Amino acid sequence: MSARRPYIRPMPRTWWLRNPVFRRYMLREATALFVGGYGLVLLWGLSALRQGEGAWLAYLAGLSHPLALAFHTLALAMALYHTVTWFALTPKLMPSRIGNRPIPARWVKAAHYGLFALCSLVILLLAAGVH
Amino acid sequence: MNGTIVIEVQRYRPEQDPHPWWQAFELDYRPEMSVLDALHQIRDRHDSGLAYRWSCRMAICGSCGLMVDGVPRLGCKTFLRDYYPDRIRLGPLAHFPIERDLIVDLRDFLDKLAAVKPYLIRAAQDERPSEPRRQTPAQLARFLPFAQCISCGLCYAACPEYGLNNRFFGPAALALLHRYNRDSRDQGRAERLPTMNAEDGVWGCTFVGYCSQVCPKGVDPAAAINQGKIVSVIDYVRHLVGLSPATLGQDATQEGER
Amino acid sequence: MKSARRSNEPLTWSLFAAGGLLAAFLTPPLLLAPLGLLGEGLRFERVRAFLDHPLGALILWALIALPLWHAAHRLYHGLSDLKVGAHRLTYALCYGFAFLVTLYSGYLVWFA
Ligand code: SF4
Ligand code: FES
Repeated sequence: MSARRPYIRPMPRTWWLRNPVFRRYMLREATALFVGGYGLVLLWGLSALRQGEGAWLAYLAGLSHPLALAFHTLALAMALYHTVTWFALTPKLMPSRIGNRPIPARWVKAAHYGLFALCSLVILLLAAGVH
Repeated sequence: MNGTIVIEVQRYRPEQDPHPWWQAFELDYRPEMSVLDALHQIRDRHDSGLAYRWSCRMAICGSCGLMVDGVPRLGCKTFLRDYYPDRIRLGPLAHFPIERDLIVDLRDFLDKLAAVKPYLIRAAQDERPSEPRRQTPAQLARFLPFAQCISCGLCYAACPEYGLNNRFFGPAALALLHRYNRDSRDQGRAERLPTMNAEDGVWGCTFVGYCSQVCPKGVDPAAAINQGKIVSVIDYVRHLVGLSPATLGQDATQEGER
Repeated sequence: MKSARRSNEPLTWSLFAAGGLLAAFLTPPLLLAPLGLLGEGLRFERVRAFLDHPLGALILWALIALPLWHAAHRLYHGLSDLKVGAHRLTYALCYGFAFLVTLYSGYLVWFA
């Protein structure tokens, strides 16, 4: 008879609390709630826009409510964390060399942040009313 | 700087222990000692029954993997001086069944490595299958980083998705699969695609990325798996529009040097 | 181990990735856009004109729908990481919601 009695360790649902790497992973995943939540804020704005100017003004007034400002601030922090983690991972999916020559990972990252700065500039100028 | 250091080791002796438990040992400390040396000292001076695996002592056989303070590491490549004077906890690799003390049952892992067809496959119409095939440095570079794996299993102990669902093929096996898919001498991609395309293939991965952090050989399984997702997406679309799977020969030109 | 049925995740993952990409570049600056209340940028006629342009409509639709697919995907996998709920149920709820938002926002953008 075999003396084997393999012991299988349980995996509690709190597994991710044990290791800082896993806590950061869960935080990264949680950013999606704010990214998606902001999509709903935009949806609300879109429907207001369709209803006419009155509804649109009410929407804008809603956006300057303290609760909405609190959401925007928290969501901004989370969205930035999403950006940073996304830029850290996506270069792994891209071509890492052209022919014999490797593309330095730093360049790929720098290009991401450069494009991010450009997008931010364009959006903020548009929002400020510049044509 | 010689003193003593306390090492706690997780013990499990199936014939007498109902559960694993922790046992502390006070050892003579020297800064050049590895965790593996510490285990040898315990075995030589305190308990000759302590069970653990090792062979090469130089990070090449892949048999000495264990959890050091909860982090998967090679015992021979981890040094006490990086922890001294704190105590160190040594446990068996996470997510695998414990056989005895620090020894885990790696069968599932080894079966998965074998199941991804980790060898060069040539097409049936290949007329001279055993002829030598030359590779350019660029062709070699496509797969070389993924060929460094020593099958230590650290990445499985690091992967929560494998811990939650051990049907998932896991980091090393999928990296090995990717290594053969990217080899210009191989024509077996179509045979490996079903494994990749499955729920428990590349799609079992949520890109936690810890596997790549703990790998002692710099394999980057997370990159391999997520590049595999792109391969799988392309195959999904080909399948939808009724095309047969791309062989490497075809898409090495299409895909460039991804 | 030979459960080699093809997963449909290439579909949901592609939407997730598109949403994640869009959100990484655009969501942080968009969240600052209410500061535009100080300026002219959010005047009714202006935003309405943006929506009436086909390209503007497409952009707005993508900005609403894709991040929701991104969120649905991470929420579904996050819930299974936390061992919450049956997979089929959370799958239907997460992706179903993203699907409905896609339809509704598409309707508002193109047909309302
Ligand atoms: S990929 Fe790295 S961590 Fe995983 S088994 Fe191979 S060498 Fe070990
Ligand atoms: S003893 Fe061989 S890898 Fe550590």
